[in-house]
Amino acid sequence: MIEFVNFYLFPALAIGSIYALGAVGISMIFGILRFAHFAHGDLMTLGTYGVLAMAAIVPVNPLLLIPFGMALTIVSALLVDRYFYKPLRELPTIYTVISSFGIALVFRSIVQLVWGSQNQVFSTGVKPPLVLFDTFRISVLHLQAVISTAIIAVLLHYFLTVTRTGRSMRAVADDPELAEVSGLDTAKVIRWTWIIGAALAAIAGTFAALNTSAHPNLGWNLLMPMFAAAILGGIGKPMGAMAGGFIIGLAEELSSYHWIGDDALISPSYKTAVAFVLMIGLLIFRPQGLFKGRLL
Amino acid sequence: MELTGLFFYAVSLLILGGIYAILCLALNVQWGMGGLFNAGIAGFYGVGAYTSAILTTSASSKHLGGFGLPVPLGLVGAAILAGLAGWAVARICVRLKSDYLAMASIGIAEILRLVIVNESWLTNGSLGLSRIPRPLADLTTGRMGDIVFLGFVWFVVLLVYLAASRLHDSPWGRSLRAIRDNEASAAAAGKNVEKFRIQTFVIGCAIMGIAGALSAHYFRFLSPTATDPLLVTFLVWVMLMAGGSGNNKGAILGALTIWTLWSVTEIFTNRLPPEWATRSSFIRMLLVGLLLQVVLQRFRSGLLPEKSPPVKFRQE
Amino acid sequence: MTERLSVSGVSAGYGGPPIIEDVSLTVEPGEIAVILGPNGAGKSTLLKTIFALTTVSAGSIKLGEKELSGCKTSALVPLGVSAVPQTKNVFATMSVDENLDVGTYAAPPKDKAATRERVLNLFPDLRDKLKQPAGELSGGQRQMVAMGRALMSDPKLVLLDEPTAGLSPAYLERIFDLLIDIRKTGITILMVEQNARQALQIADHGHILVNGRNYASGTGKELLADEDVRRLFLGGAAA
Repeated sequence: MIEFVNFYLFPALAIGSIYALGAVGISMIFGILRFAHFAHGDLMTLGTYGVLAMAAIVPVNPLLLIPFGMALTIVSALLVDRYFYKPLRELPTIYTVISSFGIALVFRSIVQLVWGSQNQVFSTGVKPPLVLFDTFRISVLHLQAVISTAIIAVLLHYFLTVTRTGRSMRAVADDPELAEVSGLDTAKVIRWTWIIGAALAAIAGTFAALNTSAHPNLGWNLLMPMFAAAILGGIGKPMGAMAGGFIIGLAEELSSYHWIGDDALISPSYKTAVAFVLMIGLLIFRPQGLFKGRLL
Repeated sequence: MELTGLFFYAVSLLILGGIYAILCLALNVQWGMGGLFNAGIAGFYGVGAYTSAILTTSASSKHLGGFGLPVPLGLVGAAILAGLAGWAVARICVRLKSDYLAMASIGIAEILRLVIVNESWLTNGSLGLSRIPRPLADLTTGRMGDIVFLGFVWFVVLLVYLAASRLHDSPWGRSLRAIRDNEASAAAAGKNVEKFRIQTFVIGCAIMGIAGALSAHYFRFLSPTATDPLLVTFLVWVMLMAGGSGNNKGAILGALTIWTLWSVTEIFTNRLPPEWATRSSFIRMLLVGLLLQVVLQRFRSGLLPEKSPPVKFRQE
Repeated sequence: MTERLSVSGVSAGYGGPPIIEDVSLTVEPGEIAVILGPNGAGKSTLLKTIFALTTVSAGSIKLGEKELSGCKTSALVPLGVSAVPQTKNVFATMSVDENLDVGTYAAPPKDKAATRERVLNLFPDLRDKLKQPAGELSGGQRQMVAMGRALMSDPKLVLLDEPTAGLSPAYLERIFDLLIDIRKTGITILMVEQNARQALQIADHGHILVNGRNYASGTGKELLADEDVRRLFLGGAAA
């Protein structure tokens, strides 16, 4: 039991946080701009390397350097939207999907060009895990990831329900035509969608890299579970996407626990497949997601 | 000497160009005619490659095999299995917005890759399959075999092209394009939109499987790196977009043009000092990514734009 | 205080051939004007044209001295024009209160609390539903939310596309009563309506379109009394 909590549940929650932060952006972009953003994973990678580059210069805890990664992803996302996605806005959204597929490659090759393609590890030193009640052991990083995600969830919820920009974003996601008729500033809504999505992508990427290591495929490999989380939560429901992220994280990690006998229920090498199977199951039985999102 | 080297370089360029042309024709059936987004080309290609390789190799203790079937049967098997994989995805996703199909197809490609890497009994894992036979290998020896294989590949290209053109001009193809351009009115006209889409996706995936099989027989060796989504999925999209989606000749032209650009630039970059050679390969990737953006914004109809087939009146 | 809306010689459509041609009408400040006509006459298109949702090929649309054609839709709300589409006219996933709040974003009223209070006084039904998602309300209540949202920007002119479509007779009466109440606050109303007879009874002016062109115009009373109009558009004999 204790082994289960220490080695499966806590890491699962940490992975879930990473998915949650990435899936929020995907869900908001899908809800407001109406397309599946295939470059989101690579945007995460870019942010991670931004943090990594600063960490090489400033020897502090990398988490404190996340704002640099965020700045990099926000500027990149806004530029990409302005020069590559916006010109395609009048066409069927699938063209933007194709474009984002290419942008994913552009981001990745920039990362490889500037920083090379080897694995890179943040030098944070080895921190002993926290021990709670003499039995539960949780790594400091995992705790940081979960707590940051929880704080972000609360802030985001406040932003979306109380502020004018947040409500405008929900209005555009709900009904873009009516939003236009109501005179809402759609350009501003789109700008904020990218700012939030990109900022959270940088945070998610940094946690993912701290958890393992940074490499150019870091974000691309996370794309699938993040898509699954966004669909699970219901497109256009940022809070749902967060919940979806945790569900996918838990499902992936817990599927390799030895529930029956001594062997892992599902071989850990098929972890990523769990997210996919959940997503397919959902698309068959409940395409609007668990939390009644919209079906586009 | 230099000249023969150049000649055989051209042969290998055309062989791979032909395999890409088949992939491009397959994608053209799915996207150009059916408007279906497939982001998992690499997965179906991989299924085809492994299926044909396993069916045609002689017995080995390291992986499933020993069937030793002739290559054409391998190709048929590849088409069937890749088509089945496509059918499974399509059944679930075609009724949803195309983005979902994109997400699901990339997912299935990922799972297929996991299976290929992990199931060593089937595929010998990351060590790969070797001694995959070539068709018509008895005819010649040595490098001449490449020329025979070149003929074989382009024979298949021709068959696929003829089939795709027939499909394009047939009532089936017309219905398909009607659905692509205006789903609501096609449905109102009594077309079973879902059925048409599933058929399209399956046909496309089956052809992708054949392309995968051909690559396995060409290299005679197959490992999971062959299903690299960058080289397979992404490049094929750029090819079709540049060549002209909806136009079969455009698909072939796009494949040859982009593949030539991609390969020829490699010659130059390989002559650079090592640290620059790797860098420049990233620059090449970057440029292809940007090329796609330019095509999408400026030359959406491609080198050879789509033409509606002439209406043929049957004489009674 | 408010200004006259004048549409003169407008032709417009959706990119293809024009749906309305050479249409002219004026709406005086503070009146209720109704656009009538058979199905496909271009009534909704005219409304959408005033709200910059179509492509105008000729003519001008003015509010007072201000030219509206050529403005973007989002620029119209700050100029004092708001619109209520016929269907999909509420943000279904957002609460009633949030729907009303969204109405203030494009053109914040001077005193938001007072405006909100005034709107809620017009639609008292909404008071105890403020926290409920608008998508869960009945058709009539949704129409109220949509009209409330449009009124939250303190507009001079409100465009309504068939506000009673699909409503029960009881709600239909309520909505028409509400329109009279809204007029009392000095807001000009231009609407498209299928229930021609009732609409003309409350309207100051009616404008009849046929095949995308002006057919007849007059005061509500005149049109109700007109033999041709009665026969063609009001379903035969007088009440």
